[in-house]
Amino acid sequence: MTFRDYVVKRMALFVVVIIGVVTVTFLLSHVIPADPVGAILGENAPQELVEKTERQLGLDLPLHQQYIRYMKGMVHWDFGISLRTQKPVSKDLKTYFPATLELVMLSMLIAITCGIGLGILSAVKRNKMPDNISRIFSLIGISMPAFWLGLLFILILYYHLGIIPAGGRLSPRISPPLTVTGLYTVDSLIAGEFRTFWDALYHLLGPALVLGWIQTAYICRVTRSSMLEVFNEEYIRTARIKGLKEKIVIFRHAFRNAAIPVITMVGISFGYLLEGSVLTETVFAYPGLGRYSVNSFLSLDLNAVVGSVTLIAICYALSNLIVDLVYGFLDPRVKY
Amino acid sequence: MEDLRNTIASWKRKHSSEISDAKEIIHMVKKSPLSIAGLCIVLALVFVAISAPYIAPYDPIAMCLNNRLASPSMIHLLGTDELGRDILSRIIYGTGVALKIMIIVLMIDLPLGVLLGITAGYFGGWIDEIIMRVADIFMAFPRLILAMAIGAALGPSLVNTMIAIAITMWPTYARLARGETLSIKERTFIEAEKALGTSKARVLLSSILPLCSSTTIVRATLDMGNVIRIAAGMSFLGLGAQPPTPEWGLMVSTGRGFLINQWWVPTFPGFAILLAVFGFNLLGDGIRDVSDPHLRRGG
Repeated sequence: MTFRDYVVKRMALFVVVIIGVVTVTFLLSHVIPADPVGAILGENAPQELVEKTERQLGLDLPLHQQYIRYMKGMVHWDFGISLRTQKPVSKDLKTYFPATLELVMLSMLIAITCGIGLGILSAVKRNKMPDNISRIFSLIGISMPAFWLGLLFILILYYHLGIIPAGGRLSPRISPPLTVTGLYTVDSLIAGEFRTFWDALYHLLGPALVLGWIQTAYICRVTRSSMLEVFNEEYIRTARIKGLKEKIVIFRHAFRNAAIPVITMVGISFGYLLEGSVLTETVFAYPGLGRYSVNSFLSLDLNAVVGSVTLIAICYALSNLIVDLVYGFLDPRVKY
Repeated sequence: MEDLRNTIASWKRKHSSEISDAKEIIHMVKKSPLSIAGLCIVLALVFVAISAPYIAPYDPIAMCLNNRLASPSMIHLLGTDELGRDILSRIIYGTGVALKIMIIVLMIDLPLGVLLGITAGYFGGWIDEIIMRVADIFMAFPRLILAMAIGAALGPSLVNTMIAIAITMWPTYARLARGETLSIKERTFIEAEKALGTSKARVLLSSILPLCSSTTIVRATLDMGNVIRIAAGMSFLGLGAQPPTPEWGLMVSTGRGFLINQWWVPTFPGFAILLAVFGFNLLGDGIRDVSDPHLRRGG
């Protein structure tokens, strides 16, 4: 099988998974004990009005016809109206998703820089002080409940030190920049509003540090073990015997070969970040996709639940797809 | 006496490889202080969970409204919460809740995942295809999100939290068990059993299952901390355990409002989560290092 066949096969699997995901969401939304008609009309609505609304929503149809209707809506990215916000769910997603994306990207940046750095340091100084410290630091990171770390940050960094704001996405007196990408940091730079840029970044700091620390831990652990494995290889010994500088041995010879598991971990981290964003956004009152989905779950707002879960699952599946493709591309030894 | 000595000697000879393995494992564990620390934390948690009624100073759900939000003191070591309940007692009882969730989740999804995995691996063909594609679909959701969705569908409660987490975790075990089965089924002794006419179910359950279980159990020890963390997260969001259950995540959630002025209310239960997950992760890491011969010798 050539690389192209592999790509095609992997893409086909992606489509199957997405259809499956959407189907599971459909089934779940039918099991959730919510009463959409009652939620729209109130409890004491007359019977004929209830029936009329049921017909409008298609709830009187048999399950398979409802499924077809649902799939048709899905193809047009139409999830219906959110009962809680009274706006189309797709519009809500468009507002909240960029906020989460911005948060996830900043956390990822923190995690990649610190994680790889600490991982390499750990591997080079194996079983010495820096290694032990960084191992304990990362074990605490992977054991840390994100929501609790968030609360600690608010207590210490906001209340006692005043380094981070209490929550939200922008200070009340600053208005959001003109929407281009929906990412406040990027949009404010495009508009040339540097005050807005700093304010947006300042608000991202708290949640991004929480998520960043936890991800740093995962990436650091993988980098360390991958580097240690490579250090045992013959070519590293050869490079050292050749008299190359240790820096060159570490970065050019060892890290390049140790990078593949690290890249995989970065991809997997993306899923963890989406998951962590649900908890972190709730703690920091950050108006992103995670908080939106929690609120829709709690108020049993079905359309919003379906919309947000579908979007999160698609992002996750997409990141897995990219990881697999990059992996296949980078490692010629991989069996397709 | 002579007889006994002989029996022991022959037993030692017969099991010499196991004995040397066990010795090596003990040696490894001794060398790694972190896994010993993990083991100690886990044993302490188990002890606290079992003896909760004897060591907890107060009733975990008894309210005392004229002693609300008392700060930590000699009477209430970790203070009291918004309903005047002793936080230390609630954390002690919460240990049992957390461990119960973890054990039940693993008891549901470990057998489920392994059985599905070995079935897929052994029979192959369309059975394999269906089971593994379903596993792929379940793995396409981040765990917490899927658990939240299932939790919401079933209604928020402790039992439903366990079911929801179990449903999100079986694919990992299924994949592992399938991979193991694929390599085991090519081995000679399986061929021999087949040639002797042993039924497929018997080959699967009595020959393949025991050989797959060690890898999956090692993996499960790595997941123990995760289960506790996800369950606490769901309770924190209001989709898991409901009041007045002394569940750690729920305690952090209700204590959130008192963070600034009564910091002890959400802080101590959260620390309990961290400590428990940390302990299980340390232990899981240790067990993985010991059980992986690759890491055991070279690395």
